[in-house]
Order: sequence, then structure tokens, then C-alpha cells
Amino acid sequence: MSVIIILLIISISIAAVFLAAFLWSVKTGQFEDDFSPASRILFDDKTKPTN
Amino acid sequence: MQEKLAGKPAEAQQQYCFHCGGKCRGTSLKSGENVFCCEGCRMVYRILNDHQLCDYYELNNRPGQTQVHEFRSDKFAFLDNEAISSGLISFRDENHTHLTFYIPQIHCSSCLYLLEKLYRLDSSVISSIVNFERREVSLIFNSETGTVRKMAELLNSIGYEPYISLNDLNEKKPAVNRQLIYQLGVAGFCFGNIMLMSFPEYFGIEAGEEGLQNIFRWLNFALALPVLLYSSQPFFASTIKSLKHRYLHIDTPIALAILITFIRSSYELFSGAGAGYFDSMTGIVFFMLAGRILQDKTYRQLSFDRDYTSYFPIAVTVKKAKGEYGIQNTEYRKTENETENEKPEEELAVPLPDIKVGDTIIIHNEELIPVDGLLTRGTAVIDYSFVTGESIPQTKNIGELVYAGGRQTGGRMEILVMKEVAQSYLTGLWSKSGKGGSEIKRSFIHRISKWFTWVVFVIAAATAIYWQLNDPLKTWPAVTAIFIIACPCALLLANSFTNGNILRILSRNGFFLRNAQTIENIASIDHIVFDKTGTLTATGGTGITYEGIAPSHLSIQMIRSAVINSVHPLSKALFSYLDTTHPILTPVFFQETAGHGIEAVFGNSRILLGSAYFVCGNGNKNENQTAVYFSLNGIQQGRFVFSNQYRADLGKLIRNLKSRYRLSIVSGDHNAEQSALKRIFGEETSIYFNQRPTDKLHYTERLQKQGARVMMIGDGLNDAGALMQSDCGIAVSESTSYFTPASDAILKASAFQKLATFIRMCRANRTIVSISFMVSIAYNIAGLFFAVQGNLSPLIAAILMPSSSFTILLITFGSTNYLAARLRL
Repeated sequence: MSVIIILLIISISIAAVFLAAFLWSVKTGQFEDDFSPASRILFDDKTKPTN
Repeated sequence: MQEKLAGKPAEAQQQYCFHCGGKCRGTSLKSGENVFCCEGCRMVYRILNDHQLCDYYELNNRPGQTQVHEFRSDKFAFLDNEAISSGLISFRDENHTHLTFYIPQIHCSSCLYLLEKLYRLDSSVISSIVNFERREVSLIFNSETGTVRKMAELLNSIGYEPYISLNDLNEKKPAVNRQLIYQLGVAGFCFGNIMLMSFPEYFGIEAGEEGLQNIFRWLNFALALPVLLYSSQPFFASTIKSLKHRYLHIDTPIALAILITFIRSSYELFSGAGAGYFDSMTGIVFFMLAGRILQDKTYRQLSFDRDYTSYFPIAVTVKKAKGEYGIQNTEYRKTENETENEKPEEELAVPLPDIKVGDTIIIHNEELIPVDGLLTRGTAVIDYSFVTGESIPQTKNIGELVYAGGRQTGGRMEILVMKEVAQSYLTGLWSKSGKGGSEIKRSFIHRISKWFTWVVFVIAAATAIYWQLNDPLKTWPAVTAIFIIACPCALLLANSFTNGNILRILSRNGFFLRNAQTIENIASIDHIVFDKTGTLTATGGTGITYEGIAPSHLSIQMIRSAVINSVHPLSKALFSYLDTTHPILTPVFFQETAGHGIEAVFGNSRILLGSAYFVCGNGNKNENQTAVYFSLNGIQQGRFVFSNQYRADLGKLIRNLKSRYRLSIVSGDHNAEQSALKRIFGEETSIYFNQRPTDKLHYTERLQKQGARVMMIGDGLNDAGALMQSDCGIAVSESTSYFTPASDAILKASAFQKLATFIRMCRANRTIVSISFMVSIAYNIAGLFFAVQGNLSPLIAAILMPSSSFTILLITFGSTNYLAARLRL
């Protein structure tokens, strides 16, 4: 029985972490713009201006 | 710049500009291997090339915007004005300044790439981040080395001119409301965990494990609390509001069901009788919130409530005697004024709201006239198509009154301000335009929901009476069970998911609705009123036909060579119409009389181009057609008639609509197009010309008084009143980032021919909702069968509730998508 309780605590806290991550990502506007981050990652800087 | 090239013989093979993809008239403008259509495009390319930013051209093929427009060097001088620039800046300290510009030209990943590499072009830029959805770039720059004006000029130099309107000066835009999404997140978390921990209840638990069962029940209770207290707030808020105003809101039965379920479940838990229905309760809240979010999806790049402030410029150039405005205004001066006048005058950029009657303002080519005033200097060739619907620009002479809202196309002019901005004719249109949204329209869902709620109350009362007489102990469980199982959430779910999906399908096709209610409004209309210019005709699309003696090659060449020297819009249109490969001739003599025509001499041939009066000497003043007459050596040859070009497939669309709706046209233009419109629309369509904005509004009102439900389709400010007055106003726009008057929906011009299909889709809405409602009734009856007997087990509730929700999701999504596929949307 005690094992189940430990598992219960773990599972709920993991779920809570995901909830917190979701709320944080909405708050910081990560769902606002679904085009730029996806394209931005594909730009590679061939020529660094100053090194 | 473009014009200089026009005479060069074109290559056998058409070349396209490396920057913008426009047609090149020759190959003289080159940089390396690449050909450009104009100096502006080449300049942008060179800037990018110098800074090793040519990846811009590799990411997308010819991603640039055409740069043929000329820019004045002091175009952004108004940004030196502290009052204006501080309105744009969001944050500033001694090191950093944060600033956001709206740039409608942003359209692809190349734009993104370039705009985020601004720091390479200008060292004062610290960072620049693009928000693609909003078409905005947020800049952080060094407060010491950079200014707002420099930033605007930097963006302009690479072809991304920021759009700064009067609206930006006003208070900050409200932050996006994400409350509903947080509530959904919390509800989803609690719902999922409660379902998981309810499994022992569904399938039974061993006798020895009852302690564990209690823990599960209490955890469920703990998880249900945030749903009740936080996630269901929207339902309670609207219920309380509606009760205060003494009517039954659509959310009231939902709030009641949530509350009753929670109280009953808590009672069961505390008395140790059972586990309660926390799973059903949180499930209802979760699904309802999801449906609501889907339905309330907003389009970030669109605004349905724009007023004149987002159309007008933020500042204008005012001519003032020196020192009249306070020192807080940064001044800049043109030397030409000093030589012209003995008394030193200066040109100041003044924020638009500060313009006073009696000021003299300067309007440059391609600028908007923001006030009503008298023309005091220069030639006014004003394009009023957006304001009045007239397709051809008007010429005004010195001393004549010019109205706000037109766009100057005839070079620099000066205007004496007669009325302040807030009182001009154009801004008056907004304040005049009716009740602003008319009375609250009630969805048919409200009626069904009301009826449904009464039926549930009757069943509950009957059950209560029955059990009171037979077994009073069972009254309480039976009645509460009825409210739990028979809440109209399935109905609301069906409605919000159908609406949400239809909105999504329509927006994918270029038709954006303000809200879900608009779907029903569109479905209910029976009369469609069209505007002509910009709605039925494409903006700038003028067709030219020649009538008279066929001109020789030489004549054509001479006409082209004459009109190239004129800035008049008709000359420009004529020039591009007569697109030949022959070289441009240089006239021996050239004279343009503003508002009348052109006289030019080539060798020993003299040609006249212009109004009938100018060319033939006997003009018909009341002529309705727009035409340019042409004479060679004093003998009249013929005329070029300018007519409108209607949108593609207009005839087919009208035939489609005519079978079901009554149609009318109200146009601000003259009646030259009457016969052409009659051919397309048929005899039974009423067509009105020379309609002022208020006439359009009154026409709509008159139709409504006769009992018609009117859809108004327009594009310009002249339609603003009628759009608001109508039951459903649709604004047509060439691009969604352009300004559109306030309306219920925005239709992309490219999707105009699909209008009939869109209306069909909206009409299907009610059928789909009704079908899903029937299905949910079946589930309800099954649930009620158990509920009235007083033995609704949590298991049955837990099976019925999600399965009815899922069935409804399947039906609504399936049928709307199927319909869309059949209508080829």
C-alpha cells in the first residue's frame, strides 16, 4: 500500500511539473508565433561578421 | 526611375528582377550577374551584398518588394519629434531603447532572416526579433547612437518600410487575454488525474484496500477544487451577470450543473456514501473550455474595429513662421524655402492631433490628406477611391476645397487647414455610422437551450414529486442526478466545435469572421448589397479601350513619349497600356496643363492628349465616361476610354447568388458602368450610382425597414456606415494587413469568387448543430433513465459523459470537414 502512495505522489508531481511547463510556455508567448522559431533554427550564419 | 528605362528595347527573353521578381524593362540595371527592375531594388541588393546578407536571396526566390516608389529623404523626419517617438518607444534607459514597428511587408522566411540580422547593417542595433504572426519587428538599440528615425530609415533602406499610423500614438494595445488557456490547462490536469484515480471506483477494489480508496476519493476532491474555483469561473461569471439583468444566459444551466454536481459529490464523500461525480464535473468544464477557446480564436494580424486613427498618418509637415512651435519640436529646414521667402519659414513635423485650423500643411506625393482644407499651392490630383468609391483621381485647382482621406498623386502641395482632424468630413463618417453593432443578436442556440432547461426542470419536478410520495429518501439523489446528467453541455459543445471548425475552414480560404455569431448572421441574410469600386472591380484595375481612327505606329510612339513626362494617373495608365518596344522620342515642345491635358511636338507632328474640351474644343461637361482624347496635327483621331475591370469569375458568382438572394449595387462612382453591370447582374438588380456614404447607409436602413436582412459588401471608408448598419458587413481587402473599415468579416480579394460557397458553408452550420443535438439528446435520455430511478452510478456517468462529448466532436468535425471537401474549400 505504501508503495502505491509513493507512486501516486510521484505521478501527480510529474503531471504538475508538466502543467507548470504548459502555463509558463503560454505565459511567455511561445504559442503566439509558430512560424518564426521554426524558420529561425534553419538559418545558418556562413559568414560571421567579426571574429 | 522606372521610366528612364522604358525606352530601351526589351530583350527577346523577358528578364525578371532578382530582388522583387518584377518584370524588367531591359537589362541595363545590373549588379554582377543579376538584373534588376529599378534602381531601388538594386540599391537594396547592394546593401545586402556589402553586408554579406545574400542568404536573403537563397532562402526564397526573389523575396523582395518592388522598390519603384521614390522616398523623400526626410520622410521619417517626424520621428525626430520627441512627442511622436516617445509614443512608439516601449522602454528606454540610457543604454537601451525598445521599440516595435509594424511592417506589413513581412511575408516569408527571407524577411525573417534579414530583419533579425539588422545588427550587421547598423551597429547601433543590439537585437531585432520578428513576430511573424503580428508582422512586427521588435528592436532594441543603443540609446546613444541610434534614434527612432534612424531605425525607420534603416528598415526603409532595405525595403521594409514601417507602417506608422496615428493609432500608434494612442494608448498601448491591450495585452492578449490568456486567462481561458490557463483555465483549460488547469482543468485538463485535474480532469486527467481524477479519471486515473477513479478507476478503482469503476472496477471495484478489494475489501482490504479501503484505506487506499479513501485516499483516492480525497485526492479527487482536492483536484476538483481548483476546477470549481478557478477553471469554471467563466461560466459562473456570465451566470451572475445574467441573473443581475434578470435573464437566463446560455451558461446558466452549465453553472448550475457544475455546482450541483460538486455539492452532491462532496456530500457523498463527507458522509462516506460514495465517490461522487468529480470526474464528470471536471470533464464537463474541460470540454466546454476547449470548445470555447476553439470558437473564440482570434486572428492576430487582423482587426475588425479599426477606425480612422489607424488609417491616418501619425504626423504631418506643417509650414510655420520660425519659432511658432515650442522648442520641444525638433526642427529641420529646407533651404529652398529660405530663398523663396524673405521671412524664414520652417517645416516642422507635428503630431496630427495638434494640427490647428489656419495651419498650412504640406502634403507630398503619395501621402494621405488628413484634414479638410483649401489648396493653396501645387497641383492636387487626389485619389479618393477609398473614401468615395470614385475610380479615377480628381484634379483640384488652387483655392478649391480638398477633403481628408484622399491620397495625393500629383506631387507636393500645400493645404490651409479648415477643420481639425476630429471634425473632418471623413472622421464624421465614423461617429455618424449608426448604432455601432445594432441590437444584441441572439443565437438560435439560446432558444433551444432555454427550452431544454425548462424540460429538465419539469422532469426534475416530476421525479421529485414521485419520490416524495413513494420513497422520500430517494428524492435528493434522483433530482441531483437529473441535473448532473441532463446539462445542455452537449448542445453547447456541438455549437462551439462546429462554429470553431467552420471559422477555421473559412479563414484557411481567406474569409475571416469577427466571431461565431457572424456565421449565423451570414446564414440568415436574404439581400446582398455590393459596392462597386474595389469590391466588384479590382483595385487599380482599369481597362482601356480605344475608339476612333486606328493610330499608326508612329502615333503610338508619340503618345507614349508624351505621357511619360506626365505624373497624371491617366497618363501613367495609358503609358503602361501602350507597352511597346519602340524607343521613347524626345519632344521638341512639351506642355502639360493641369487638369486638361498635354501638348507635345515631335519633329513636325503636334499631338494633343486630354479632355474633350482641351483636344476638340467642345467638351461635354456631363459626360460620364472617363476618356482621354487624342488629336494629331489638329485633327481629332479618337479617344481612349477607361473602364473598370471586374474581378475574375464575377459573372459566375453573381449567377450563383442570384438564385437565392436579392442583389443591389450602390456605388459612389458615376454611372458609366451601368450597362456593363446590367449585363453581369441582370435587369432585376437595382443599381444606384453617385451614392454618398450616407446614401449607402440610408439605403441599407430602408431595406431593413422593409424586412430584409442585409449583407453589405464593401471595401472603403465610404462603405463604413453601411457596413455597420447592415446585418452582416463584409470588408473586401487586397491584403489582410491593409486597412479595412470596421466590419463583421474580412474577405480577401483573391477569395471573392468563393463568396457563394462561404455562405453555403455558414448555412450548413445550423443543420450540423441540430444533428449533433439530436445525438446528445439520445445520450441524455439514456442517462435520465437511470437518473429518475435514483440509481445513477458514477460508472454510468463516467461512461456517458465522455462518450457523448466524443461523439459530438466526431460528428461536428467530420461533417464540417466533409462539407468543406465537397465544396472544395
